[in-house]
Amino acid sequence: MTPLLKVRDVAKYYGGRIGCTDVAFDLYPGEVMGIVGESGSGKSTLLNCLAGHLDPDSGEVLFDTRTEGLKDTVTMSEPERRMLSRTDWAFVHQNARDGLRMGVSAGGNVGERLMAVGARHYGDIRSQAIDWLGRVEIDEDRVDDRPSAFSGGMQQRLQIARNLVTGPRLVFMDEPTGGLDVSVQARLLDLLRGLVRQMGLSAIIVTHDLAVVRLLADRLMVMKSGRVVETGLTDQVLDDPQHAYTQLLVSSVLQV
Amino acid sequence: MTETGQYNFAYLDEQTKRMIRRALLKALAIPGYQVPFASREMPMPYGWGTGGVQVSAACLTPDDTFKVIDQGADDTTNAVSIRKFFETTAGVAVTEHTDAASVIQTRHRIPEQDLTEGQILVYQVPIPEPLRFLEPRETETRKMHSLEEYGLMHVKLYEDIARHGHIATAYAYPVKVEGRYVMDPSPIPKFDNPKMEMAAIQLFGAGREQRIYAVPPYCQVVSLDFEDHPFDPSKADHPCALCGADHTYLDEVIMDDAGGRMFVCSDTDYCASRRAQGHLGTEGVPFKEDVA
Repeated sequence: MTPLLKVRDVAKYYGGRIGCTDVAFDLYPGEVMGIVGESGSGKSTLLNCLAGHLDPDSGEVLFDTRTEGLKDTVTMSEPERRMLSRTDWAFVHQNARDGLRMGVSAGGNVGERLMAVGARHYGDIRSQAIDWLGRVEIDEDRVDDRPSAFSGGMQQRLQIARNLVTGPRLVFMDEPTGGLDVSVQARLLDLLRGLVRQMGLSAIIVTHDLAVVRLLADRLMVMKSGRVVETGLTDQVLDDPQHAYTQLLVSSVLQV
Repeated sequence: MTETGQYNFAYLDEQTKRMIRRALLKALAIPGYQVPFASREMPMPYGWGTGGVQVSAACLTPDDTFKVIDQGADDTTNAVSIRKFFETTAGVAVTEHTDAASVIQTRHRIPEQDLTEGQILVYQVPIPEPLRFLEPRETETRKMHSLEEYGLMHVKLYEDIARHGHIATAYAYPVKVEGRYVMDPSPIPKFDNPKMEMAAIQLFGAGREQRIYAVPPYCQVVSLDFEDHPFDPSKADHPCALCGADHTYLDEVIMDDAGGRMFVCSDTDYCASRRAQGHLGTEGVPFKEDVA
């Protein structure tokens, strides 16, 4: 089976400082990978390099495109990369405000990606938007409200609907549950898990919350100081951590 | 020294006109593309047509006949002051008749009468970027133009329908020129959009934003819309009270504080010429040359 995403020796430096370095992994279709680590460990830098928001200093990020098979997204042309990020990729920001247009109604937010790929029938766009709002448990009568009238949890769910409406194959998530209270977090995780399984999505989830990866991720990558220190199946890494830092991380989780 | 002699012809110095003409040629070569130019300070405030004045100055020759309209009218403050400006600084002939003019500077209207080959229509543009209110970053909008990513323009139209039930954008209605660039036609009413496929050259100047763009003669200009909400060049559903025309763009004039109103052609020259031909509306009086 060809991997959906093949990452080879990706490195990003901020001047003399390491953003991330020596990162390599394969992601297969339908697989969810978690990246955990402390603040400043290079998780977000890595995710932004993979999603094309940052230009890595070296290495390859090969994505299995629909037409041409594996193709390096770092060297591909910008129109191609932007097309990918509108169709086959999705990016869920930690702060919903970064991923939404706050001045545009919920329906318009969900419809934007459809219109960006050429949908020009208002009725179809609207019914798809309503369908997706339903899937992320937002009432149909909120379709014309602006995101600023939504709670934090609803904004985050709206952002997910907006990203998934074009049926992407790979979803990048940067702390999708950050800043939400625990009950809303639980609901969002439940929703995400359902959607990921139902649509057969592949996803890369960056988080510092081990509970999130335990629930969502098949595989785990632990980062420290810009390097990957441990990888493996989620349960294996969390239940039997080998690296000193992973052991510290696992034992730092507060018990209620 | 005569008054005209104190200025270089048409106010601007020759180097500046040369720079503007180069921008105009580039704009004509790429219909709808916004060409940056080094806009000069003009002796009028931004928003009064500094861009249009610079474009007119670069186009005028001593043999030209110049006409200025503001919302279709020849006799409003903006039109009168710009007309006097070029009378003083260029000494060109001026006219109020659309067919007699070779260069027409306009704010917010296209003349009702069809323009012909050889005429130039100069628009005053406040905000040249159609995507501006949806995407505030100039770097991003430029990229969107260069990569032809215009989905966002439809988001604005979507919002209109979601909120008002129909596309409520009534002026500055976005168009796509020659199937490539999405362009803001300046704040003309959408009633005028279909007229943009015309025989005359259309030049757009935005002074504060330092952009020039153009639509060459007979270019395809398509107003954006949805399949199930097609473009509708609407107008007030009345005939002109003065000349009786039912096919022109109308201004609504409030007559009293008891709800009295009257609809008249916004194009004063067209209305006057119709009355001169004997057309009369409900409140019109027969046209006399000496009565303005």
